[in-house]
This record gives sequence, structure tokens and C-alpha cells, in this order.
Amino acid sequence: MSQYILRRLMIAIPSLLGISLVLFVVLALAPGDPFGELATNPNVPPEVQAALRAKFGLDDPIYLRYLHWLAAMAQGDWGFSFVSRMNVDTLILQRLPTTLYVIGSAQLLALAIAIPVGVYAATRPYSIFDQIANTFAFIGFSLPTFFTGILFILIFSVKLDWLPFVYSTDIKATGIAWALEMIRQAIMPVMVLGLFQAASMTRFVRSAMLDVIRLDYVTTARAKGLGQAKVIVKHVMRNAMIPVVTLIALQMPAVFGGAIVTEQIFRIPGIGSLLISSILANDTPVVMAVTFVFACLVVLFNLIADVLYGWLDPRISFR
Amino acid sequence: MALLDIKGLKTHFTTDDGILQAVDGVDISINRGETLCVVGESGCGKTVTAMSILKLIAMPPGKIVAGEIIFEGRDLVPLSSSELDDIRAKEIGFIFQEPMTSLNPVLTIGEQIAESLRRHEAVTKKQALERTIEMLKLVQIPNAAGRVHHYPHQFSGGMRQRVMIAMALACRPKLVIADEPTTALDVTIQAQILDLLQDMKERFGMAVMLITHAMGVVAETAQRVVVMYAGKVVEEAPVDELFGNPRHPYTQGLIRSIPRIDLDAEHKTRLEAIGGSVPILINPTPGCRFAPRCKHAMSICAEREPRLREIAPGHRIACHLGDAQ
Amino acid sequence: MAGLTLASPSAEPRRGYSPWRETWRRYRRHKPAVVSAVLLLLLILAVVLGPFVWRISISDMDVVAGLQGPSLAHPFGTDDLGQDILARMIYGGRISLAVGLAAMLVSVFVGTLIGALAGMSRGPLGYALMWLTDLFLSLPQLPLLLMLIYLFRDGLKAVFGPEGGIFILIVLVIGGLRWMPVARLVRAQFLSLREKEFVEAARALGASPTRQVVRHILPNALGPVIIAGTIDVAAAIIAESTLSFLGLGFPPDTPTWGRILYDAKDFLDIGPHWALFPGGAIFIAVVAINFIGDGLRDALDARKVI
Repeated sequence: MSQYILRRLMIAIPSLLGISLVLFVVLALAPGDPFGELATNPNVPPEVQAALRAKFGLDDPIYLRYLHWLAAMAQGDWGFSFVSRMNVDTLILQRLPTTLYVIGSAQLLALAIAIPVGVYAATRPYSIFDQIANTFAFIGFSLPTFFTGILFILIFSVKLDWLPFVYSTDIKATGIAWALEMIRQAIMPVMVLGLFQAASMTRFVRSAMLDVIRLDYVTTARAKGLGQAKVIVKHVMRNAMIPVVTLIALQMPAVFGGAIVTEQIFRIPGIGSLLISSILANDTPVVMAVTFVFACLVVLFNLIADVLYGWLDPRISFR
Repeated sequence: MALLDIKGLKTHFTTDDGILQAVDGVDISINRGETLCVVGESGCGKTVTAMSILKLIAMPPGKIVAGEIIFEGRDLVPLSSSELDDIRAKEIGFIFQEPMTSLNPVLTIGEQIAESLRRHEAVTKKQALERTIEMLKLVQIPNAAGRVHHYPHQFSGGMRQRVMIAMALACRPKLVIADEPTTALDVTIQAQILDLLQDMKERFGMAVMLITHAMGVVAETAQRVVVMYAGKVVEEAPVDELFGNPRHPYTQGLIRSIPRIDLDAEHKTRLEAIGGSVPILINPTPGCRFAPRCKHAMSICAEREPRLREIAPGHRIACHLGDAQ
Repeated sequence: MAGLTLASPSAEPRRGYSPWRETWRRYRRHKPAVVSAVLLLLLILAVVLGPFVWRISISDMDVVAGLQGPSLAHPFGTDDLGQDILARMIYGGRISLAVGLAAMLVSVFVGTLIGALAGMSRGPLGYALMWLTDLFLSLPQLPLLLMLIYLFRDGLKAVFGPEGGIFILIVLVIGGLRWMPVARLVRAQFLSLREKEFVEAARALGASPTRQVVRHILPNALGPVIIAGTIDVAAAIIAESTLSFLGLGFPPDTPTWGRILYDAKDFLDIGPHWALFPGGAIFIAVVAINFIGDGLRDALDARKVI
């Protein structure tokens, strides 16, 4: 098993390098030389400009520039944000926990909805429950997050006035009141993101369950007289989760996209809204770094999925 | 009284094109401790009959529309799924055709055998493990105590079928239904598995319902034989009677299609095949279902369905030909 | 259990039907897909013919009638500047649907090309292309999309004008980040079809590789690609709306559906209609296209697309 994890790690490294290469090439190809723009920005004092030109090695050949850039990124030296007046890595580390909190809670909500609904629907295919669940799932992933977000604000904030629609970092309370307010203001963003993911996850779970439920070993399990619930949970679900893990991992890029939109709508101070504001403010080092962080997160989640996969399927870790 | 008595069983499937009459009025009975072979071509309803006994067919689209399945004096057809669960594995064990796909790939074989024991008998986890190892030893799996913690993919096809047998017999059922247990295996392994089954039967004294399409297997193992064709029983007889005096043209065709190695080269005749194939059982034509392929078909065969009737003690056929003789 | 599958006749082809009629027969059975097809057709007709019927200009301002709800004069109401939302949505719908279609064409073209190359080559090129496909699948699309637009926006604007430049950029970028499922499908078709008898026969008869691909393999890959392409249209419409909604898509005076929503989001309390109509339009277009994709999947009997 540990050997298997090690192997997956070895595969993750080239993907990270590949992604960094894609990012660097995009940046190098971009008109107006975004690296140079920094160094020629009139707001930047001349001595900083010179230092920057030297650091980025702007006059070196392109592969050297890539290696320099890569080395700097690997050392956590991600540059300086002139808009926020702080180091990019500090800025991102400040914002990252909020993003992970929202995405993580949404993921849990999605699982809590998708697994029971998908499993139950698959055990009664084409029943009324299945059809309703299917229709809702279909509508759910056809509804773009920005529209659900607006609908939620319209219903729960404007009409009903139950929930705040602006996420605040400095809540003026302590202890339990603070925790409750933290939860209360996260409800809408987490619902928006979670329901969106739950919709596609429900479909994954249902179809994976249906694929497994007709396999021979499920009949074997039923022939043992184990009872419907035990057959479903121990034999069908356990196997159906294997492809579901992969499918969820493949969804991660879309999840981060949804998170950016959600953060923007509810003004959550995470790295998604940081990306948007940096783009609007032409803050190139931050744009680069946030994109790279998102890419790293995707690779990280793929790695977690691989490990889960190996844990769920004994055939993998033995190979 | 027979251990299991199937009377007039009809199992139909709903398909896009109409009702598929997979099993259409089958009578089969098995006595205690007896080996009964059910033979016939693929698609003749053998497997559906066997699966109907424990309601292991997918419902829907499948449905038992008529008949009784009387096991130890109790009709299984009206029982609910949870009532049947007490009979499954405990009273009637099942061995499936495909050892490669019939075991759950993510559970160790030990877990899979032990869960049956834990379900039906008051045993602790430790006792269940011990019984499991004991069963694995009985089915001659080397190093049973170590292998019990292995996963199915670490076993060969023949070994997996041994595991399946151990699983089916773990609770000492009174009847074991083996659905083509050797079809998916190499020829050399086939004989070993059949021997093992025979051996287990003698040891535990259970009845065996062996489903097969290989006449050679029938000759080797059966006491009585039921021949099925297109969802119906066409002939039933003790094994010697069936091979010595087959009366239904379909049975005769099946027996003629067995390769013979005991004949001299000059006596060897061309292997005979039965022309045509099993009809699709949606809106079947009236009359005998074998008539379109039958060399002896008469005008009555296309009009009236022959009924199963006894022509000698224990020997029954469903054919109009017997009437004429 | 083998007996059950063998005995099941539903897989057998029905006699007396042509393949296209059979496809249509199966598509028709998917009721939501049929309704969706009608709905989408109406939507397309509305945005194509709309300007000829509804003659209010998108920039006409009715300052006294700012932020009004639906009325006879303005069926969808007006925005804060008193512009007619219906007229703006007809205009925006043309762009949204055009972006969707064009981006789909790009992704299908790139995907088919890469998939075919990867499927044909047995050497390192095939592996390299599949590695590239997997790499692109794990790229965070929206951040990358935003970054690309951020970097290239000004350059293209200078060459093609504010609207044309953004259109080309958005189509290329969305299409260029969504070709991977198509590539995988096409490659999978190639791998399974390459060894099939009819392709072998064509090869034995001396058909050139290009001819094999164009005449024999691609038509067979058509079904799954059509389905993936349909879903791509919906995804591209969402992507474009998302960009516009974030204020990073089309310029402010181009009222795409996402852009209208972006403008409306600060007036939810006093003018909810302003947000509901464009949001609803995006939702209806996307859900209809997805349902059509689902119906096609049933009809063309293809494996599920990831």
C-alpha cells in the first residue's frame, strides 16, 4: 500500500511540473510582457525594478527563466502584491483557510445528500422516487452557481431576511455567538456549492450502484440470505464507491470554478475572490500564484482520490 | 415426500417486445440425498428455474406468474424476501456458474464465507473464522488458515470455485443447487470440481440439483435427469434409462451429439448436431416448441402442445410421438 | 445468469426500421428531451427573429421608466437606466448561443484531432497525447480561463475590436479547455474499432490510413461525439455567462445574459425581475441542451460520457 502511495506521488510530480509549464508558457506568450510590466510599472521605485529584473532574469533565455521561476515558486517566493502591499504567499495563506472551509463543508453536504439519495434511487430504478431524484439532479447541475446564488439571496436574504448575504471576517461577537454567526453566514454559500455538487454526485452514485447491482457477486450475496440492507451496504455500495471516488476527483476543477463564483457572490474573502479582484486590479503575481494554488489543490485532491481508491480496491494496491 | 417439489412453475420476464416466457410450466422434484441433473441448451430456462426457487431472478423484470415451489412441505412462492432469507444458504445453498465474477472482489474470501455463517448460526466472530477455515480445508484449499485472509483475485478459477462450494455448504444446507459449476473452468479442473462436489455430497448427505449442458457430466454424476427445452420439461428419467432408452427426439439428439472416444475409428460416425436453435420465447407458437427442429414432427405437433406423461416407472416424456407408437 | 442475458431479446435489432428512424423512435421515448428540443428551437427562433418583431433598441433609455417590473410596454421590465430588458436579452441570447455553438465546434475539432492522433499512433506520440489530455483534465478551468482572458484581452481587442476580440478569445479559450472528453471518446473508439473486422477488411483492401479514418472509423465514433458535443454547448454557455457575471467577459455595453445578471445583482431588493429573466433564460437553455444530450444518449445507445 505504501509503495502504491509512493508511486502515485511520483505520478503527481510530473503533472505539477506540466501545469506549471502550461502556466509559464501562457504567461510568456502573453502580449505586453506581464513580468516586464511589473518591472516597468512607474509606481515601482527604480531600485525595486532593477532587483525584479534581476530576480526574474528577464533577459535570460526562456528555459532559464522557467527554471528560475520554478525554483522561486518551489521556495515559496511567490513575489509581492503591489495592490495589497504584502508578500503573495502571506496573502494567499491568509485567504486559503476560508476557501477550504467553504469547499470542505460543501463537499460534506454534497456527500450527505448524494450517497443516500443515489443509493436509494438505484435500489428502486424507475420508481417515482428515482424519477424525482433524477429530475432534481438534472436541474441541479444545469443551474449555474451564480444563478442559484442570486436566487438564494433573493429568497433568504431579501424576501425572508433570514440569512446575511455578505460574508464578514470580523464578526463582533465571541464564543458561541461567534461560532453560530460563522455557521449562519456560511449556510448560503455552502448550500449553493453543495447542492450543485450533490446534483452531479447523485447521478454518479446512482449509475455506479446500478452498474454493480446486477453483477454476479451481488446475486451470490443475496443467495446467502443476508437481507436487502446488508447486501446493498456491504456488497453493492462498497464496490460502487470505487468509481465514484474517481468521478468526484474529476469534478474537482469544476468545484473550484463554482467556489470562485460563490465567493464572489457572497463576498467571501477566500482565494477565489482574491483572484477576481487581482485580475481587476492587474495584480499579475497574485493572479499567477492563485491559479497555481488552484492547480496544486486539484492535483492534491486527485492524489487523495488515488489513495482512497487504493484503500477501497484491494486489487489496486497489490498490483 | 420429495425434498423439493416444483409444480407448474412459470417465470416470465417483461421486455420491450413483450412477455418472455422463460420458464413455462415446469415440474421438477428432488428427493433427499439425490443428485438430479437438469440438462438443456443455453437459454432453455434451466438457470431461470433454479434462480426462481430462491427468487434470485431480478424482479422486475422477472416474475413468477404461476406454480408452486414446495420445499419440505412449505410453498416458497408466496414468501417475502426476508422470509426467504432464512432459507437461503441455510436450507438451500447455491453454487454459481462464473467463479471469476461470483465473488466480491473487495472482501476477503474468509469474510464472504463467514458472513453466511454469522447470518444463520449463533456463532461468534472467532468461531465463524474457525468454521470457515475448516470448510476451506474440506474443499482442499492448501494453507487454508493463511488463505482465508486473501482476496478473490489472488485465487485461480478452480480455487475460486472451491471457495464457492465451501460458501454454499458452510451452513450444511439440505439442498445445493449448482448452476453449471464447471462450465467456466479448464477441462482438467472440471473433473476435480465434480469429484469434490460428489465427495461433499457423500459427506454431508445433501441433495444436489446440478444444472449443466454437458451430457458427459450428466452420465458421470446424476441419479435422475430432467431434460428441458424452451422453458419446458420434455423428458425425465433415471440416468441409465435416459441414456439407454431416450424417447424424446430432443434427448436423442442431445445424446447423439456427445463425442465418443470409446468407438473404433472405423465405427466413428459424424458427430450429430441438432439443427436450428432455441426459439425466442416471446409469443411462442402453439404446439410443441421443439417441432420446428424435430425430424419426426407430425401435423399434430404444430397444433397441440404435448403433455408430460409417464411411459414407464419414473420415465416421463412430453411428445406426441409416444402416442403413435 | 448467462441464460438471462442470452434470452433477453431487447438487444436484437428490430427488423423493418432504418437506423435513423430507430434513433428517432428511441429519442421520442425520452419525453423531457422532446420537450427540450421544442423549447430550444423556440429559444433559437426568438433570438434570431426577435429583433425583427421587437423593435426597441438595446440602448434606448427610458429614463422615467427605470427599474420597472414587467408591463405591456416592457414585457420583461426595464433596468436602472430604463433600457428594455427583453430587447437586451434577445441581443444577448444571440451571443450566448453563438458562443456555445462556436466553442463546441472548437472543442469537438480539437478533441477529434487529438483523439484520432492518439488512437492511431501506437508509439510514444499516443502516450504523450493521452498524458496531455489527463493534464488538461486536471487543470483548474475557471482560474485558467480568467487568467488567459486577463492576459490576452487587450491584445485581441486591439486587433479585432472590443466585441469581436472578446468573442474569438472566449470561444477559443472555452473550446480549448473542453476538448478532453471528446479526445478520450474518439481515442477509445479508435482503439476498439481499429481491430474490428470491417476496418481490417478496409486495410486489407489497401485503404490508406486517412481513408480508413475518415470513411470507416470516424462515422462510428460519431454517436458519442455528438452527445459530448451537445453537453459542451451547455457547458460553454455556462462558462461564458460565468465570465460575464464576474465582469470579465464581454464589455459592459454588450448585454449577454451573464452580463445582464452581473449588472442586476446589486439591485436584487428593488428590481428582482432584472436578474430573474436572464438567469431563467440561461437555466432554460442549459437544462434543455442537457436534456437533449440525455435523450441523444438513450437514442444513440452510447456509453456514458465523463
